[in-house]
Amino acid sequence: MSVLRTAATIRRVLQQLRRDPRTVALLLVVPMVLLWLLELVFDAQPATFDQIGPALLALFPLVVMFLVTSVTTLRERTSGTLERLLSMPLGRLDLLLGYLVAFGLVAVVQAALASALMLGFLGLDVAGPAWLLVLVAVVDAVLGCALGLFVSAFARTEFQAVQFMPAVVLPQFLLCGLLVPRDEMGAVLEAISWALPLSYAVDAMQRITVEVTVSTRTLVDLVVVIASIGLSVALGAATLRRRTA
Amino acid sequence: MTTDGAHAVAIDGLRVVRGGRVVLDDVSLRLPAGRVIGLLGPSGCGKSTLLRSIVGVQIVEQGTVDVLGSPAGTAANRTRVAYATQAASVYDDLSVEENLRYFAAVLGARASDVARVLAEVDLAEQAERQVMRLSGGQRSRVSLAVALLGVPELLVLDEPTVGLDPVLRSDLWDLFHRLADAGRTLLVSSHVMDEATRCDELLLMRDGAILVQATPESLLAQTGARDTEEAFLALVRDRSPAPA
Repeated sequence: MSVLRTAATIRRVLQQLRRDPRTVALLLVVPMVLLWLLELVFDAQPATFDQIGPALLALFPLVVMFLVTSVTTLRERTSGTLERLLSMPLGRLDLLLGYLVAFGLVAVVQAALASALMLGFLGLDVAGPAWLLVLVAVVDAVLGCALGLFVSAFARTEFQAVQFMPAVVLPQFLLCGLLVPRDEMGAVLEAISWALPLSYAVDAMQRITVEVTVSTRTLVDLVVVIASIGLSVALGAATLRRRTA
Repeated sequence: MTTDGAHAVAIDGLRVVRGGRVVLDDVSLRLPAGRVIGLLGPSGCGKSTLLRSIVGVQIVEQGTVDVLGSPAGTAANRTRVAYATQAASVYDDLSVEENLRYFAAVLGARASDVARVLAEVDLAEQAERQVMRLSGGQRSRVSLAVALLGVPELLVLDEPTVGLDPVLRSDLWDLFHRLADAGRTLLVSSHVMDEATRCDELLLMRDGAILVQATPESLLAQTGARDTEEAFLALVRDRSPAPA
């Protein structure tokens, strides 16, 4: 690992994003529009909005970051630049962390904007501290980046990469406890839900909604999500091969 | 087997299978250091796979590939061997200069290298332009410029002169010879036989095997042909009666 090479990669990915202002605009605006739409849908039931709003604040940025990250890293593979970089003295982690930090910075802005919109204009009412809500939203968006980095290793085309979103994210959404509380699902499904990072993200959000003080459980949830980010990057590095067929 | 110091590349019994097809079968060769070596052969004969094996990005089924005294692809070779693929491997959405600055940082090359390689491939005027707005030939020159960054001892260039105008092509061959005079080894592939005369040494390849390795002069003398194209045909005809 090299700090200089990671920093150069961060700068390069940000330069690429700067050349594509429409993508950046979509990244920042789409989650906000969706959350606004959510508020309009539940206009007559503000209590329901308060209940599920935070969980969807965890989900929307994750989905958007997952898609953008997986397609971008796949483009690196198909353009031949990945093979070129791996024939150079660039560590696999230098590359993955470069992407994670660059997209992570976008995720920070995105989640901060979406949280501000929720707490301000949309009038979301949570019992817990606002900073924790923002922090969980940011960590979830970064988790989206990390999962996107990992699964792009298994895609050969952009069509395949896009398909990984419903394949990887939607099952986590169904099992995360938002539709049906997790302890009311079958034992098998509940067990699976414990292995999925989004469950912890949504749990943390739901606790912040109702708990005035920051509980240990919420912090544990947060640590699990952060550990999942680390695990995704480590698996991503392990699946990156310098030699290919 | 050990590599002796005079050889930049030593390959023994190399066999590569891609997608169930044998692309290289029992290839053995020695490439002398400090020369411009041309790898010539028709499209699909295995040139790129041989180059990838030397760079160390190709999964090899059998055989040994030693490059600059170490097995191909080892960490030590990642700054000593430069590689430009046939398709331009650069970032289309970045400017020429942004591309070069990034690759220079990855290689740990000096910042002043960027201006040097821009001049060498005659792209100084296009430095600020986005790569996707360049012509095909200009794009491949950006990719070639990346391979010229730093001080690589072996440059592996896959069809670097395709689609370039004759003046520029001639300039690049001059550059290759200046690099060889400075002690670097260049392995340059081409499917255009008339580039053979610009090389110090030739490898003619067909169907995953090396037909011959010789200097351009001795190749013509050996086959009695007038040019490389004819020499290639003569060599193929010599071998065709043998069972495949």
